[in-house]
Amino acid sequence: MNGADAIAKCLIKEGVDTIFGYSGVAIDPFWNSVGKEKIRTVLVRTEQNAGHAASGYARTLGKTGVCAVTSGPGATNLLTGIATAYADSIPLVCITGQVNTDQIGSDVFQEVDVTGAAESFVKYSYLIRDVKDIPRIIHEAFFVASTGRKGPVLIDIPCDVQLQKIGDFEYPEEDPKMRTYKPTVKGNTVQIKKVIKVLENAKKPLIIAGGGVFLSNAKKDLRAFVEKHQIPVVSTMMGLGVLPTDHPMYYGMVGNNGNQYANRAMRECDTLLMVGARVADRAVAAPDMTFEGKILIHMDVDPAEIGKNVGPTIPIVGDIKHIFADFMEEDFKDKHETWVNMLDLYRDSMKEEHHSDPEFVNSCAFVRKLCHEMRDDAVYVADVGQNQLFSCRNIIMRDRNKFFTSGGMGTMGYSIPAAMGVKAAERDTQVIAVCGDGSFQMSMMELATINQYDFPVKIVVMRNEYLGLVREHQHYSYDDDYNMVFLGKDPDLSKIAQAYGIGYLRVENMGEADERIKEFLSDDTTVIMEVMVDPMENVSER
Amino acid sequence: MKKIYSVLVENRSGVLSKVSGLFARRTFNIDSLAVGETEDNKVSCMTIVSSGDDRTLEQIEKQLNKKLDVIKIKTFQEEEAISRELVLIKVKYNKSNRREIMETCQAMKADIVDMGKYQMMIQICDTPERTGLFVKLLKGISIVELARTGTLALSKCEI
Repeated sequence: MNGADAIAKCLIKEGVDTIFGYSGVAIDPFWNSVGKEKIRTVLVRTEQNAGHAASGYARTLGKTGVCAVTSGPGATNLLTGIATAYADSIPLVCITGQVNTDQIGSDVFQEVDVTGAAESFVKYSYLIRDVKDIPRIIHEAFFVASTGRKGPVLIDIPCDVQLQKIGDFEYPEEDPKMRTYKPTVKGNTVQIKKVIKVLENAKKPLIIAGGGVFLSNAKKDLRAFVEKHQIPVVSTMMGLGVLPTDHPMYYGMVGNNGNQYANRAMRECDTLLMVGARVADRAVAAPDMTFEGKILIHMDVDPAEIGKNVGPTIPIVGDIKHIFADFMEEDFKDKHETWVNMLDLYRDSMKEEHHSDPEFVNSCAFVRKLCHEMRDDAVYVADVGQNQLFSCRNIIMRDRNKFFTSGGMGTMGYSIPAAMGVKAAERDTQVIAVCGDGSFQMSMMELATINQYDFPVKIVVMRNEYLGLVREHQHYSYDDDYNMVFLGKDPDLSKIAQAYGIGYLRVENMGEADERIKEFLSDDTTVIMEVMVDPMENVSER
Repeated sequence: MKKIYSVLVENRSGVLSKVSGLFARRTFNIDSLAVGETEDNKVSCMTIVSSGDDRTLEQIEKQLNKKLDVIKIKTFQEEEAISRELVLIKVKYNKSNRREIMETCQAMKADIVDMGKYQMMIQICDTPERTGLFVKLLKGISIVELARTGTLALSKCEI
């Protein structure tokens, strides 16, 4: 048995069934060994997408995604995938081949210091120098990636270490004991009591739920608590889907791209319980937002998040699922009925109508229609740009729907490979990737992968021949002086579809939308639906 | 505000770069940095002096704690610790200033550790404040070279 065989055996022990990646000489021993095991391998068309596909896979199943690429350019291409996962705390184990140990540092062919390059956006990284360390390191890597605040872990393995003979192979059964890593799970009892007391006395309590709720698998627990005490909930972009859109206690998405009534709720509340949300600029910067005079409770598994952007009144560190379980054991009488009634009024009266040129498809109305027709278990993957903002502002989520997007990094081209990852995880799930003509062209090469492995994805391309969100920015900030945003001469997508042997539909105006969407979603095959939207349409109407 | 971080880390290659990289990445200041093995050769102690507002100083500790090579962090204000810095200074001397240099050394408890025909090397080991003062005093005389360790600090003994 050599090092690579040992890695493959470790992956089996960790329950890995799928690896996304790309080959190359420095990672060849690894693929050779993986080929002998019962692990499905998916050859993507560029390494970045191996990271995104593993992310889609991880988010679907709530387990760690795995990708592997070769040294040098393979590794650097993967960096964006790693950084994207890091920004959204997605658990990944990323394996990179490396040149032989004795060549490290001498700038030989396809050598790059990937652990150095990725240092500031991995949860941890390893460069394996001794074949005997393999079982321990792989075991630690999966443990670190999937516990505490989740995130990508990078393992760089020189080619010669992969080929070295390893004597006895023994895989550790228990969780690794690391003196430097002990994530907090249980919330502090005193803090929990404090929070309950505050919530009991709150006249206008509000929960703002972020992506952390999904990461700790606490959707049900949050819902149970909210329903028990009738506490209104708003979500960040990463938190979309914590409650179904039509849930009586759900009041929309906050932020500068969010729903007006959600932002109003956040402005007017007296007690704000932030759950697994980073409180970053884009997510929470509601217009005229101020935290003065509010009681701020910040719940996060990562102590460093608390107080990073806003100073909370009550910090509470721990796993959200555990903390809500503890909350449920506390009994209190809530007294904020008038507040709920007021928010209902806001929600009903501040319906956002979006006007656009009737010659084109209305993006907002289109998203709503699409959501109306998608299956109850569909996964909606939004890319980055206007398509993302139109999506999250108008999305209609039912209980089992999931919404994925690159929230923290805003990585264009995320949707198609991530959607592929969803299909790889759950073959029978309906998955819709919504992108613009810019983001589509950043990952359209993956249509080949989709075909090769039979991962049918429904692809919506909102076509406006612009990098729309930046064009909108230049409209407002540079007085319509447009630079580097015009795509012009977009490829004929019907021919692209033909080249890849997949379906193609086109929606020119709202009159056709219903019928086309029904047709688009009628089966489980890959279809590109090109949606002609107004090139001058803006997400925010100022 | 200034704060001293005494950071115990795994004594492994690349750890110094990970820790200093964190400071660079998050635009935290490093006023001084001293690293060395502890009594356990698997553990190194990094003494980092940093300055910034309260939130930054708190973030430094939290972000350091997230690093998987960091075992333990102790933080203290300057007055809560005994801190020392070692400075070696090579100066040019001549007949007219030799006495003055030697008197300054005597007054500041600095030692002359090497001497040549025109140059001498002075060593001072003291609090960063006093070593700073000493360097200032010598600035009038021509300093040829200077090297300092950065602050080392341990919290004061329990009484």
